[in-house]
Amino acid sequence: MSLSATAWRRLVEIVGPANVQHSPEERIAYSYDATPMLARLPEAIIFVESSPQISDVLKLANAESFKVVPRGSGTNLSGGTIPMENCVVLVTVKMDKILEIDPRNLTALVEPGVLTARIDEAAGAHGLFYPPDPGSIKISTIGGNVAENSGGLRGLKYGVTRDYVLGLEVILPTGELLRCGTKCVKDVAGYSLKDLFIGSEGTLGVVTQILLKLLPRPAARRTMLATFEAMTDAAETVSDIIAHKIIPCTLEFLDRTTIRCVEDYAKIGLPLDAEAILLMETDGHPVVVEEESARMIELAHAHHARDVRIAKDAAEAEGLASARRAAFSALARMSPTTILEDATVPRSELGAMIAFIQQTAEKYQLRIGIFGHFGDGNLHPTFLCDERNPEEIKRVHTAFGEIFQKAIALGGTITGEHGVGLAKKGFLEDFAGKAGLDVMRSLKHTFDPGNVLNPGKIFD
Amino acid sequence: MSGPNLLQQLDYSVLQQCIHCGMCLPTCPTYEATKHETSSPRGRIALMRAVADGRLAPNSPQFADEMYFCLGCLACETVCPAGVNYAEMIEYARAEVESGGAKAGAQRGLIRAFALRWLFAKPHRLRWIARFLRVDEAAGFSRAFVLLLPRRLRDLRAQQPKICDKFSFDLIRETESPRTPHRYRVGLLVGCVQDVAYSDVNRDTVDVLLANGCEVFTPRGQSCCGSLMGHNGELELARKLARQNLDAFPLGRLDAIIVNSAGCGSFMKRYRHLLPDDPRVKLWDEKVHDIHEWLVRIGIQAPRESAQPTTRVTYHEACHLVHGQKISQQPRELLRAIPGVELVELPEATWCCGSAGIYNITQPEMSQALLERKVKHIAATDALIVATGNPGCIGQIRYGAQKSGLDIKVVHPITLLARAYRGEL
Repeated sequence: MSLSATAWRRLVEIVGPANVQHSPEERIAYSYDATPMLARLPEAIIFVESSPQISDVLKLANAESFKVVPRGSGTNLSGGTIPMENCVVLVTVKMDKILEIDPRNLTALVEPGVLTARIDEAAGAHGLFYPPDPGSIKISTIGGNVAENSGGLRGLKYGVTRDYVLGLEVILPTGELLRCGTKCVKDVAGYSLKDLFIGSEGTLGVVTQILLKLLPRPAARRTMLATFEAMTDAAETVSDIIAHKIIPCTLEFLDRTTIRCVEDYAKIGLPLDAEAILLMETDGHPVVVEEESARMIELAHAHHARDVRIAKDAAEAEGLASARRAAFSALARMSPTTILEDATVPRSELGAMIAFIQQTAEKYQLRIGIFGHFGDGNLHPTFLCDERNPEEIKRVHTAFGEIFQKAIALGGTITGEHGVGLAKKGFLEDFAGKAGLDVMRSLKHTFDPGNVLNPGKIFD
Repeated sequence: MSGPNLLQQLDYSVLQQCIHCGMCLPTCPTYEATKHETSSPRGRIALMRAVADGRLAPNSPQFADEMYFCLGCLACETVCPAGVNYAEMIEYARAEVESGGAKAGAQRGLIRAFALRWLFAKPHRLRWIARFLRVDEAAGFSRAFVLLLPRRLRDLRAQQPKICDKFSFDLIRETESPRTPHRYRVGLLVGCVQDVAYSDVNRDTVDVLLANGCEVFTPRGQSCCGSLMGHNGELELARKLARQNLDAFPLGRLDAIIVNSAGCGSFMKRYRHLLPDDPRVKLWDEKVHDIHEWLVRIGIQAPRESAQPTTRVTYHEACHLVHGQKISQQPRELLRAIPGVELVELPEATWCCGSAGIYNITQPEMSQALLERKVKHIAATDALIVATGNPGCIGQIRYGAQKSGLDIKVVHPITLLARAYRGEL
């Protein structure tokens, strides 16, 4: 099946000939996102520049029976922007204007193609702050962040993308334009529709404008790096910090495998025999930062930290944080295929979950490095494998299954921040239950009766 | 015409190393300008892999265009979490394009045959042509003729750097020894463009090395480093030139081979990829040093205090120093060591200036856009001097400054250091 002659003609009319691409090269370059081992050629790639264009493309999709996959920079990690049969990829990167920064109401109004890092930069010029910082912040688009409800390193203290979306302009799969939300902190008029679109993985609508909440920029920050001989000591430190009513902005950890890979790659002097490293950061008023960091250091020592390094200035803080920042890079160069997962459990179960993942790796003879966000229970078990070895990939998938089941059993979730997409839809029913999945399906049908917008993602 | 699938000959794990995370996209000047995945490093690697897999025809015109639209600035390598060897891949991909004949045309073929396979293949030919241009510049034989040329060729003529009165071998003896007993014995590559257009930089390099206790050997049998050919799909010729250099420099008797041109250094440190079977390349790659890297490593003599007032200097990072060789702090360290230099940071210092080898000739529009952006940032620093460690960048930025009426000197950092040693600063 391929696009009809009418569909081709109308697409060119809607966005102009330069914005419709379908050469073999273009189709290859839009066949993938950042998910390993998933790719499929779309029929065409459409670059949109306005919401009326998106509306017209979706109306056409309904009339001419083709599918539409919305895409920002293509950094999705669960296959959410992978094409399906008979589809066009709708790229929003050319809609990249920051329309307004409003310091009186602490809001920003932006188009979906704006790169996430640019929003924080623009806010920074007014002494303001946009906290969500997914790992791909320098290239991910805010439209993609909203669709995936992206997290980041500061989740524990500052929450995730959902906590910063005040309002949306959305084109529904039928082509209608919908606006929801306001600059008001309090707004309870009707169902909170914006919350339906956030994290809907591009299945319920295409976001065309986003109204974001901003915060005042924290005046001070202190960075510390603690080394432990047992993962349980690191976990106890985290629990104790929070029990002492301190909410640090960063509590990141690396396991032994990751520490070794980082040291091998970045040579920053990490102890190779340590079981865990904890990167801790607190930010806010200088006096509070001083007091909280002193207490955090004390608690780390109380839980047998072998060593706590404290950054004296921004440059040293950068140095300490580089251990965590290099984690993924260090692991990614160890093997041809790197599979980054994001099983998440309640903070209190983190120690048990890490131990289970390490046992599972041993059981299936897999190399797994674990790092992630200790503060919010979001783990990144990273599988180091080779896609050309089907037998190994089979073991990887079996291990995944067991890890996800364990996460669910511990009261956690199959994905903390990457989304379900294609990669995890087989596990969703176990997590959400039949009733949950039925409601999701009927919502999808209500919004998208023609099933044209990113169908087959999240569930079949 | 279609040759063997060269990308298939490349070790597949090199292509597979890309995890398509997208981190390279915001650092790529051509992606930033077009917002097209096909013009990004991740997109180009996907296309190369498709050619290697046989899913995309190697003689496809768009594949050829994308491979040559790439600046080869290697900013993507700096940010790549997976350590992808993009430099090698793009060389193979361009060789693939040339063997597939997608860009073949009578005029292009003639220019390539003349420039890559004839002119730059032998240093004496380049010097001979340069001598002609030098005489011509003075006498103005072709000035009237130039006015008849199409606009693009006239622009190119304006971009041509001024030919030096003397070339490197006229200025530098084969062996030069420091006054005090030498601490190190080093070889010097004089380069090709550097040799005819910036031979003074080579002399300055020798002076600085002598001042720091290095005996300098400048073999007459050396050739072009091969980067121009390697970057433009002529891998076999690049290999031939690399072998000539391996023969010319007595590796066993040298502590280092010094290069003052970022592009040459970046290429010469990767001879092991070019000639994997040559037993000498491992030691060679270890001994090749960029001049800034070498000086900081051995520690330099502090230049004498200057009586002159302080001069504001900014530093532009040549792509093949910062991205190709990961040398970023050493040139700044040398500049800060010069009395009378106040170093101010250049915004977007690591963003390509658009020179990129012969890119300013092959892709004038993109090159000009990048140059204008660079000159705008330089103007904003209020510096009187821009220092940068690559002849291509020096020529490009001089041209850009002149075109926009910006009164600024563009020099190699080593020239400033040499002047400081001579007490001229």
